[in-house]
Amino acid sequence: MSHSDTTSLATTRRSYLGWLIGLCGAAVSAVLSVPLVRFTLFPLTTKTTETKWSDVGLVADLQSSASPLTRTVTVEQVDGWRKSVSEKIVYVSKDTAGRLQVLSAVCPHLGCSVQWQDGKKAFVCPCHSATFDTNGACTGGPAPRGLDTLAAKVQDGRLMVRYQYFRQLVKTKEVIG
Amino acid sequence: MSGGRSLFGWFDRRTGLDGLLRETLDEPIPGGARFAYVFGSALLFIFVSQVITGVFLALYYVPSSDHAHTTVAYITKAVASGSFLRSIHAYGSSAMVILLLLHVTQTFLYGAYKGRRELLWLSGCVLFGLTLCMAFTGYLLPWDQKAYFATAVGTNIAGEVPFIGAWLKSLMRGGADMGTLTLSRFFVAHILVVPAAIFGFVAMHVYLFRKAGAAGPISEHPVAPTLPAEPFYPKQVIVDGAFALLIIAILATMSHFMPFELGPRANPADAHYLPRPEWYYIPIFQWLKYWPGSLSFIGVVAIPSLVAFFFASLPFLDKRMERRPWKRPVAVTVYVFIFLALFGLGGLSYRSDHGDPGYEAQLIAQAKATEEFMKEPFEAESPAAVVAAPAGDPLVAQGSKSFAAQSCNACHGDGGVGGPAGTALTGIHQRFDADHLATLLKSPTPKMTAGGMQPLDLPGDEMKALVAYLGSL
Repeated sequence: MSHSDTTSLATTRRSYLGWLIGLCGAAVSAVLSVPLVRFTLFPLTTKTTETKWSDVGLVADLQSSASPLTRTVTVEQVDGWRKSVSEKIVYVSKDTAGRLQVLSAVCPHLGCSVQWQDGKKAFVCPCHSATFDTNGACTGGPAPRGLDTLAAKVQDGRLMVRYQYFRQLVKTKEVIG
Repeated sequence: MSGGRSLFGWFDRRTGLDGLLRETLDEPIPGGARFAYVFGSALLFIFVSQVITGVFLALYYVPSSDHAHTTVAYITKAVASGSFLRSIHAYGSSAMVILLLLHVTQTFLYGAYKGRRELLWLSGCVLFGLTLCMAFTGYLLPWDQKAYFATAVGTNIAGEVPFIGAWLKSLMRGGADMGTLTLSRFFVAHILVVPAAIFGFVAMHVYLFRKAGAAGPISEHPVAPTLPAEPFYPKQVIVDGAFALLIIAILATMSHFMPFELGPRANPADAHYLPRPEWYYIPIFQWLKYWPGSLSFIGVVAIPSLVAFFFASLPFLDKRMERRPWKRPVAVTVYVFIFLALFGLGGLSYRSDHGDPGYEAQLIAQAKATEEFMKEPFEAESPAAVVAAPAGDPLVAQGSKSFAAQSCNACHGDGGVGGPAGTALTGIHQRFDADHLATLLKSPTPKMTAGGMQPLDLPGDEMKALVAYLGSL
């Protein structure tokens, strides 16, 4: 065996070893990166934000009113490791069948808060004058749909609501956040 | 294949990577690869692991005294793999200290600091100190009971330094007491300042090591090696790699089966709490007990500084080229004595804690509190105060209601913090006085109208309330 043969054999052995070590290193790194990936993707795979049910008031009180009632609800949200508490305005009115419903005050057009105007018997948006009837159906203006109803339930005689935001400028009610 | 090769060739011509790699891998080791040489690269490996896990932990951590504990609890109890990563990081700090001691011991016993290696040794001493800094600063970050009290004691020790002690302590704490500023300082030291210094000194240490050359076995002359040299690659690389794999396997096993615990949130008012530092600081902790009052300076500052000074000046004091430990009885005896003294102090600390029934009961109670806290499910942090109307001024409270009722918050955000469609209103009273604000609200400027602002037609007192509210933002 000549000298150059020995060198090339050694080089082949060395580069083969290099590939082997590189492969092992890559395999070990891949295994070690699993917890890192899980850790980073946690907020994507698990619900880290959650809205609790908020108290609107006694059903008996709410039922007696003929026109919609304004209520401020305290919304408790879980946001990662913290809770946030904010106040939102909702309207309690009756749907076409006469059952209580809770409407979001956020106009489905561009997000201003609509106001109930007793004289007009309508919800009017102060920004671009969209109007809605007492059931929440759109009766005029630029809003693409009626006021959004919020998920509600009765618990121990009290009306509870789950506050949510909905996408604006679309015909259908789509939850965001 | 030729495409790949030419691409590699182009890349190599631009970067010189191949030469750099060869330079790194062909480092000559007199006498060949050995298991005794693994500790340096193992330290580097664990350091990299600490950097990676540390960066990831920072995704959820908040360095503030009112959120730190909650966010660490969130990592530990809620986030996927969170407890595992935190454990790897926390146990990793112990692994760093153990490997550091092994690395120093190997270097010392092999006399590998001899022969033109003064700066190499000194840079290693600095890295030793920086590693202990990392352990000390990282310990506070979870803000649990043991973190808080161990750091209270640690910073008090700094207060013993003559002349500048009180100032030094305040500098470390960011004030007279431990608090959220202390946490910020420790956090910045832990993730920015000390790691940056470590990167720099590691580079210097590795460079000086390559400049001086590997020392080889103890029989070898430190400056002019005679044994045939073997390159670092492949044998030493494989040995180092196998050792790194062993360490990570041990860390992963420990982290999986006995995850690092988080204790209850720090309660500075708890007068019964017995602070105990992490195991590697226990000997020093015990040592401090023997130096009461005015003597404390000697024990706390003078003697440790003297030991550190002699330790660092070793290559200047011992200039002989003799490397075999049995031919260096004085140095080796002193080294072994210091080690035994540290072990002895650790033992004494254990005995004094477990010999006193009162102490023992308290330590058991503390361990139990930690265990109970670990069993509780994660509880999201409640806001300190409900963000409703600012308390106090009823006019401001009324204005806050108008702010919501008039949909101001739809564009300007809740509390006037600004939103996608509207500017922030915080501090607006500094730009416009009350009358000017009321005028602007009634008849917005063309620029405001273009931005979507609607004129507000409000009764006088309601407008006054709204302006008062804007003034409070």
